[in-house]
Parts: sequence; structure tokens; C-alpha cells
Amino acid sequence: MALEVNGKTYETDEEGYLVSLGDWNEEVGKFLAQQESINLTDAHWEVINFLRDYYTEFQIAPAVRVLTKAIGKKLGADKGNSQYLYELFPYGPAKQACKIAGLPKPTGCV
Amino acid sequence: MTTKQFMIVNRKAPYGTIYGWEALEVVLIAAAFEQDVSMAFLDDGVYQIKKGHQTKGIEIKAFEKTFRALEDYDVTKIYVDQESLTERGLTADDLTIPVEVLSRAEIGKRMEEQDIVLAF
Amino acid sequence: MLHIINKSPYDRPALDSVLKTGTGTILLIEDGVYAVAKGGAAESKVKAALGKFKIYALTPDIEARGIADRVTDGVIQVDYAGFVDLVAENKTNQSWL
Repeated sequence: MALEVNGKTYETDEEGYLVSLGDWNEEVGKFLAQQESINLTDAHWEVINFLRDYYTEFQIAPAVRVLTKAIGKKLGADKGNSQYLYELFPYGPAKQACKIAGLPKPTGCV
Repeated sequence: MTTKQFMIVNRKAPYGTIYGWEALEVVLIAAAFEQDVSMAFLDDGVYQIKKGHQTKGIEIKAFEKTFRALEDYDVTKIYVDQESLTERGLTADDLTIPVEVLSRAEIGKRMEEQDIVLAF
Repeated sequence: MLHIINKSPYDRPALDSVLKTGTGTILLIEDGVYAVAKGGAAESKVKAALGKFKIYALTPDIEARGIADRVTDGVIQVDYAGFVDLVAENKTNQSWL
């Protein structure tokens, strides 16, 4: 499968996740968000950038429980809870936010 | 959810085979489901957590970095076999994460305590 | 003859088997490169073999495994192009799988 943004084609897997991490840029992120019917705000970008940094550091997309805890540690307890994250990404912060951030599906995410 | 005691036993070097990465994925999944997970590194498995992997040349993900996320997953029981380290000229200082170095007999005892042992 | 070994000396006896063949050229790749890390039990075997064998090891595999700082003296490091040259230079070669 593939998606097209600004005339460029990007390969995705059967669930719509980018195959190559290096393909990602903000425009692709915006396109993926649109497909998920999400209007990206600064709060969304904060989570997306957090996930990309986490991936660079640990080479994995974290499970929801781990994401919640790690965000709480870095961005404050008001953001480190699942209610906040599900408001931003209603179909699951790990699943949806990872897809928009261009990361693979988190390990253990069904 | 019922919590069980899992031990994932690693005996293979990284990159030469896929076993090391597969074992780590099992650990992450079990931990994501809040199971009580420990890891044991024996034989060539100790090389998985040797510091300083530079994998650009072989174009494989350097999953040494992923071991450092184990703390976030509350996986802190990491046992390493002393004999295996010594045979390979390694010490705990050569490893990328804090571990508990144990004798083979001690590791055997920990294995006995588990509900489930998965070997890779 | 070029002997190519891709198994760790601590896991399989491939290196010992090759050394018993007497003489020639050895190229260590993949997990085989652990043989050239100083400090381990394989170090003395490799050192003793250096008189009879030319021993090469693949740099990308050494770097991937975090042992670039402890390669036994006398072992020659090659990149992928060097790997190809070795295969081309030797009349026969054998992978000890």
C-alpha cells in the first residue's frame, strides 16, 4: 500500500503505518492525521514529537501504559494520564499517535 | 488480570539470528500486559547487552538501545550469568543496563521459581 | 583456501575444526567475529593460530557487536569490498555453516 502527499509516494503497510521511518515529515504527519480525522493542535504535536524522540532513544514505540507514565514524567502529571491522551487521539494514543508520527505499530498493541 | 511470573532466557548473540530481538519483543508484550517479567542472559546471550553496538554497517536496528527502555516497562529483574561473562572477557561494566550478576546455580534457582520460562 | 566462519566460537566448534585443517586463510563474519575480541577464552586460540593462518574479520560485524575497541593484534579487518576481494583471490572457499 502507499499514500501520496504533495506528489510524492510513501509506502505503508496494510494498516496504513509508514514502512520507512525516514520517510516521515510534518506534511506526511498532517496527511496521516487527516486520514484519522484529527485536527492537529500544539498539544497533538507535543505528543507526536515526544513519540519520535522516544523512538530515537529506544528504537521502539512505547505501549500505552509506558507512554502515559513517560509523558507524565516529562510533560507533567496533567498530561500523563490516559484521559488526556485519549481526548487527543480517540482511537488510542499509542496506535493513532504512532501512526501519525510515522512510527511502526507499538509492540504488544493489538 | 492474572499475573504470572515469566522468565525469558537469552542464550544467543544479537544480529546473527533474530532470536534476541524476538525475545525482547516477548518481554515488552508480557510487560505491557503487566506480567511479572524477568530476563536471564547466559552463554552468548550476554553479548546482547554488551555496550557500544554500532550497526550502521550491517543495516540492522541496534536494539541494544531498547534494553534501556525496560525500566519504563517495570522490567528490572535482569540476571546475568557470571561464568558466561568471564568466559568472554566481560564484566558488568561492559553492559548497557544495570544487572544482577549471579552464579549459574543461582540462575537455576530463579528458573525454578517461575510459572513460565521461555527460552530463546 | 579461504575458510569463512559465521558462528560464535563459544556456541559452535567451527573455528576449532578449521584450525585443525592446518593452514590457509580465515575470514570471520557475523557472530564469528567474537573470536577476535580480546579477553575471552577464544583469544589464545586465535593468537596461536596466527602463525599458521592469515585471519581476517569483517569490520561492520565487529562494530555492530560493540567489540571494535578490543580486536586481537595481528587480525586484519576488512569491509565488504575486502570480503569480495578475498573470495576472488582464493582459488577455493568454504563456508563452515
